[in-house]
Amino acid sequence: MSVKLVFLGKLADLAGASEKDVAGPLDWRGLLDALPGPLGEAARGEKVKLALNGTVLADKTRLAANDGDEVALLPPVSGG
Amino acid sequence: MKDVRILHGELAPGAALDHFAAAHPAAGGIVGFVGKVRPDGEVEELELKHYAPLTLKGMEDLAEATLARWPLDGLLLHHRTGRMSPGEPIVLVAAAARHRRDAFEAADFAMDHLKSDAWFWKREKRADGWHWIEPRPEDHADLARWK
Repeated sequence: MSVKLVFLGKLADLAGASEKDVAGPLDWRGLLDALPGPLGEAARGEKVKLALNGTVLADKTRLAANDGDEVALLPPVSGG
Repeated sequence: MKDVRILHGELAPGAALDHFAAAHPAAGGIVGFVGKVRPDGEVEELELKHYAPLTLKGMEDLAEATLARWPLDGLLLHHRTGRMSPGEPIVLVAAAARHRRDAFEAADFAMDHLKSDAWFWKREKRADGWHWIEPRPEDHADLARWK
């Protein structure tokens, strides 16, 4: 078991993949450690939101994910 | 009442509208809007990405908000995802109501919110490669009309 990271929009380009598995449990600090270079920088950005199991977090720095959870990194939407 | 879908294949607006009309025989009017990938000469292809847990839920919430605001017999929101070519339909919104004004306004409201507020990420392929798209300022202005 692990925590599944899902990258949306341009973050998938930065990650070079749309998903990545990392070891749980995972907090904000652990997430940043798992995201190298420009991807980590983008994740810190004000406009990027996090969703845990489909619910957007009001404060992404309070992320608390466990094995089996899915964390999505959401850049600003383009709309439909 | 509401028919909300994310389509992974083609969108056939005519067939969907016929089906919607048949499902709401008591409606006095039905407004349908078809949004297309705008053929502007430079864009060769468009790709929409979504995140199912948020995107579908968001569209369902939008449908509920629209139904709560206007007295409708039914509301349809169909949005494509994946790769598509200029000229192809990408979104269909339809509202069925007793009176036309409610149907027009509800479709307009739903479309404005889909356009700038829905969980979609869009990129365009031009001669020099793929480019991620952010909402236009006009889209946010359109949304502000309903506040």
